[in-house]
Amino acid sequence: MDPSVDNKADVVRRSKEEKKVLRKQIKASHTLLKHEGISTTSLPTKSLVVANGGLGNSVSREELSAVLKEMGEVETLVMPSHKPYAFVTYRSEESARKAHVHLNGQKLLCGDNSVTLYLIFVDSVTCEEEVSVPLPEGLVLVEDFVSLEEEALLLAAVDWSHTNDDVTAQKALKHRRVKHYGFEFRYDINNVDKDKPLPAGLPEECKPILQRCVKNRHMDVMPDQLTVNQYESGQGIPPHVDTHSAFEDTIMSLSLGAKTVMEFRHPNGRVVPVLLPGRSLLVMKGQSRYLWTHGITPRKFDMVPTCNPQSPADATSDSGIHRNLTLSKRGTRTSFTFRRIRHEPCHCAFPSACDSQGASSVPSTSPPSPPSLPGCHADAARLEEKYVHRVYNTIASHFSSTRHSPWPRVCHFLSSLPPGSVLADVGCGNGKYLGVNPEVIAVGCDRSSALIQICAERGFQAFVSDALSVPLRTASCDACISIAVIHHFSTQERRLAAVRELLRLLKPGGRALIYVWAFEQEYKQQKSKYLKDCNKEHPGNRSPNNSMSEDSQTPDGNKSKHADRHLEDDSETHTETHKPVDNISDVSNVTDGKLSVHMNRTAFNTQDLLVPWHLKKGGGKKEGESAEGAKKDKRKDNSRPSSLNSNSDSSPGFEISSTSASRLDTTDCKSKPSPSGDTTQVSSCSLKSEPESVPPPVFHRYYHVFQQGELEQLCVQVAGVKVRSSYHDQGNWCVILEKE
Amino acid sequence: MKLLTHNMLTSHVKGVTNGYPLLIKATEVKVNDVEFNPEFISRMIPKLEWSALVKAAEELGHRQDLPGELVPEYEKNEEFLKKVHRALVEVEVVEGCLQCPESGREFPITKGIPNMLLNEDEV
Repeated sequence: MDPSVDNKADVVRRSKEEKKVLRKQIKASHTLLKHEGISTTSLPTKSLVVANGGLGNSVSREELSAVLKEMGEVETLVMPSHKPYAFVTYRSEESARKAHVHLNGQKLLCGDNSVTLYLIFVDSVTCEEEVSVPLPEGLVLVEDFVSLEEEALLLAAVDWSHTNDDVTAQKALKHRRVKHYGFEFRYDINNVDKDKPLPAGLPEECKPILQRCVKNRHMDVMPDQLTVNQYESGQGIPPHVDTHSAFEDTIMSLSLGAKTVMEFRHPNGRVVPVLLPGRSLLVMKGQSRYLWTHGITPRKFDMVPTCNPQSPADATSDSGIHRNLTLSKRGTRTSFTFRRIRHEPCHCAFPSACDSQGASSVPSTSPPSPPSLPGCHADAARLEEKYVHRVYNTIASHFSSTRHSPWPRVCHFLSSLPPGSVLADVGCGNGKYLGVNPEVIAVGCDRSSALIQICAERGFQAFVSDALSVPLRTASCDACISIAVIHHFSTQERRLAAVRELLRLLKPGGRALIYVWAFEQEYKQQKSKYLKDCNKEHPGNRSPNNSMSEDSQTPDGNKSKHADRHLEDDSETHTETHKPVDNISDVSNVTDGKLSVHMNRTAFNTQDLLVPWHLKKGGGKKEGESAEGAKKDKRKDNSRPSSLNSNSDSSPGFEISSTSASRLDTTDCKSKPSPSGDTTQVSSCSLKSEPESVPPPVFHRYYHVFQQGELEQLCVQVAGVKVRSSYHDQGNWCVILEKE
Repeated sequence: MKLLTHNMLTSHVKGVTNGYPLLIKATEVKVNDVEFNPEFISRMIPKLEWSALVKAAEELGHRQDLPGELVPEYEKNEEFLKKVHRALVEVEVVEGCLQCPESGREFPITKGIPNMLLNEDEV
């Protein structure tokens, strides 16, 4: 782009460059339509979507705004949270045109990384309003609770030079500074030693503030324990519930210094980020204290609303999500957490999270500290052991009870095998495909002995083994299937090794069918809408001969060949490939290397993630309308505003149950009405709310969801393999391979 | 575990080059009644390692006089097919273990299920 270079070359390069930009623009608009339901237009308007210029790409409002303003007067700039794009509306169409011409393909430098902007006209800006998320029940945030003078006084009262923590506690907490008063909280036992009060009581400086707390009814009695935490930028605290048996109900946390964002997580996967401004008081009671975990993700920037943080103090303000987000650099924050020691066992209404009532003191709500993507083979194996193998073994019976309808297109493959063919189902789960074609010789294997046990009880031939090392003779099989297995391997190498092992088993000319969960759930969205419409016509219709008992989780359920054909027309004959724009779809991966926990039934925003499985005791039944569900609803009546109840059964789209975390959550986002993914997520989760006051245990399974084309690319790396066909089937990418 | 499955299984311990067939050390064997389907059995036979089947049946005491070599025109030999049927799909190892002929590594069979998982250092 240096203007001094030779003219001719310049022209050529320019035009090449321009072509590239145009190509990327087109790709970006495809991606936006596909992933986000945002439709773009080629005719100039006042509004543009700025692909890659989003908060999800670590682009701050200030940086983007500065560039956009150079092109003319900006009316609005909407930056949806966690998204890799933004919307700009100019005062005039001319400015928008100017931006379109000059900013397309422009690099924008944001801190250490740079992104390339692609601008496309849109008719209207669709996701203007972010619906605000209600705070967890029992949580109150009081802004400006202490004055600047009091803040200074309190901070000065902590003498960091002399900590009374013993050595072990300090070791466990190298990421933040901690000091205890009144009683020591021992991180090694997750409790306090109630018989050993510390020599130093609560600092005098706290007294007037605590008296104000009691007077304002934030707490009934004066607290007798104080923990002071100091977080530097980039430090955090893993999600946790304060030990029930250690402390009474109310917990108060005073934030001093820099603001931060604290995340509250419900066992059903709901996450509510709460902005804690400096000098604010956070009061946790009831559900928010006993059931929700709270934690601070270690990072250097937070996504925060731009509107002034000095908004009028409102005891119940929804500080969760506002429109007009931007990035805020974290500074040093000091929190004063005041608690009251508990002397009797806890009798709260949340036994699953209560150590007094038998629950482990580590909550299952979220993995205490989500794992990172593995860096080496050993890490990968450990991750899969913990977040795949153990989970399936634990949930086997419930999992199996939700998996009895074979998927039609898998059955089609199996039925097409000639009689007498030898078939291996590698990762056979409960064996639902082993008996589909009785004319073939079928053996199954799975890593989970609990699932293989179920296969054996059903009279199938099955053994326990790992998909990376299958103890079957080389070239002994006419066909192999790998259904919803390879997405559980956590590195590209291991996924490739799994395909290679599958092909090793095949005879020359033998075929393998592979299904993996797709990043692109929208493909299916059209189809699921079709299914959803069916559901709407017959609400609650679950006739006994209806095999669709996994209802929302099967690709096609029972729904007739008609549905199949529809699907085929839609996807298989679709030859044009829309690859995601560079950056656009992997950006949200950048969250400090930790795996994020997926919210069931929402679109994916990253390829590597943990998917919650909500265990139901007693296996057998499925979604919402069961007897169990009814019971839960009754319980719920006592404990929550009825307005939430009214929603719970009315919308067939938003299933209440969270068992959606199926092996292949095929209909996860079928109910998403688009266009703005985020808005829907929010509404769906407020609809979902908490269907129970006693939550079932939650387990997390690791998944790598595949992007379009990725599965094929993986498979062709194996020598001597031909991809016979590939297709999208209800949120899964599928290939049929042939060994040469 | 039926002998049909055993016929397909091999040792997959790292470094082992001759891990087939696995030796069977059974402590509990049962014989089920399975409906005889001559066509199915005929189609199965060419997929088998015949000598491995005979050896396995011998180990379990169910060889019945099955020949060491496959007989010609077995499709029409119902008596032969019945014996194969018995060995292949009726005899079942319930408890015991499978042993790698080369490394000696044993894989337990419990409730009819072979556990072929390897340790980290065996892969």
